[in-house]
Amino acid sequence: MKLPPLPDPVRRLLSRLPQYPASAVFAAALTLQVGETLGAVAHPEFAGKLIRLHVSDAGVTLTLRVTARGFAPSGAANPDLTLTATAQDFLALALRREDPDTLFFSRRLVMEGDTELGLLVKNTLDALEFKPSLPTPRDVLRLLRSRLP
Amino acid sequence: MDLVCPAGSLPALKIAIDNGADCVYIGFRDDTNARNFAGLNFDPASAREGVRYAHARKRQVFLALNTFPQLAGWERARRAVDRAAELEVDAVIIADAGLMQYAATTYPHLRLHLSVQGSATNYEAINFYHRRFRIKRAVLPRVLSLAQVRQVIAGTPAEIEVFGFGSLCVLVEGRCALSSYATGESPNTVGACSPAKAVRWQQTPAGLETRLNGILINRYAAGENAAYPTLCKGRFAVDGETYYAIEEPASLNTLELIPELVAAGVAAVKIEGRQRSPAYVAQVTRTWREAIDACQTNPARFAVRPAWNDALRKMSEGQQQTLGAYHRPWK
Repeated sequence: MKLPPLPDPVRRLLSRLPQYPASAVFAAALTLQVGETLGAVAHPEFAGKLIRLHVSDAGVTLTLRVTARGFAPSGAANPDLTLTATAQDFLALALRREDPDTLFFSRRLVMEGDTELGLLVKNTLDALEFKPSLPTPRDVLRLLRSRLP
Repeated sequence: MDLVCPAGSLPALKIAIDNGADCVYIGFRDDTNARNFAGLNFDPASAREGVRYAHARKRQVFLALNTFPQLAGWERARRAVDRAAELEVDAVIIADAGLMQYAATTYPHLRLHLSVQGSATNYEAINFYHRRFRIKRAVLPRVLSLAQVRQVIAGTPAEIEVFGFGSLCVLVEGRCALSSYATGESPNTVGACSPAKAVRWQQTPAGLETRLNGILINRYAAGENAAYPTLCKGRFAVDGETYYAIEEPASLNTLELIPELVAAGVAAVKIEGRQRSPAYVAQVTRTWREAIDACQTNPARFAVRPAWNDALRKMSEGQQQTLGAYHRPWK
């Protein structure tokens, strides 16, 4: 099944929103999915690394720092790894409908910075035995609330 | 003719089997295999579960031990053979003659396949391994025409496995030193061609640049398809012209040869790509399963369906697909 591209009004809206809250929501969602397996407890070599996801069509940039048990939003400037793709392609990757190398060959996915970190993230995600699905907004909100001081 | 599919992770192995692979080949998480990439491959628990999953469905698991152990890695390589025997994998795919001798003498019942990295391109070479180490199968390097494949099969008691689909490289399998030249590391020594730590991609005003250990090896204009960051797929300035001086990135696709491969007595066809994700493994396995089944149902009327080629082309490296060396009408 082909995933739909972002509608223009959504794209325009997203690019105008502040990026830090979006990073916070995404970091929470990702932590819920793969925090235990990808966090720095499992991979000490990841600790403190900055990963940036640039959603090219939405004009959104999410920056995440690898923490002990998952991911935290970051406002830092110099990421160790930057991944660039459209919202549609990021979603297809998350749902395991597309192979990252396939997207890379056709220039739909660009990886800049620490290639080994990128490969480790990709391969670790591939090795997870989970049913590809997205966390519910309720779960994400609960985690965000728990992080408030 | 068996379909042998790649798996770099447990989900990939399961999805290969669920989509009709007869055999899946895997590697351990170290330099005993030629896809030694960060986070890829099988730890002891996932290897055990993979073998259990396959055997419960009457499918097979092969273990690739296809590097050439250096002195420091010899014990690790021997232990990998021991672990393979304990796991009861259905075959080990070995390149190095020393390791093969260890496997053949220590585990006489462990089935041995000669890896493509062993670089045996004629039946005398294959028969040597068969006499000395009782190999049951050899994987042929991708340099032979179909006529030559037939000749090899006629001259050896060993089964023959050939590559059917996947990324192509410069095709001096087991003897390539290009990665070593640029990075000091190669598939033969550390199990990785162009190791990731030596690779950098950078978007620049001139295009997407690929550097290998600091050496600029390619620059892609907007919209141009990219390839793996290997020297053989780089563009170089030669006599004032910058082009793919070694080879243009391309993928092997031999769907249309299936009836001829079956008729030639090829025992198994192999899909490249343990480094790819489960999504690739699922799509390629499903396509090849359908194609092989269609050929077995009615070989005389076999024709490649456009949907099969569309599915495979989408996942291919490079701008084009090729029959590689199989197609040499003058031979």
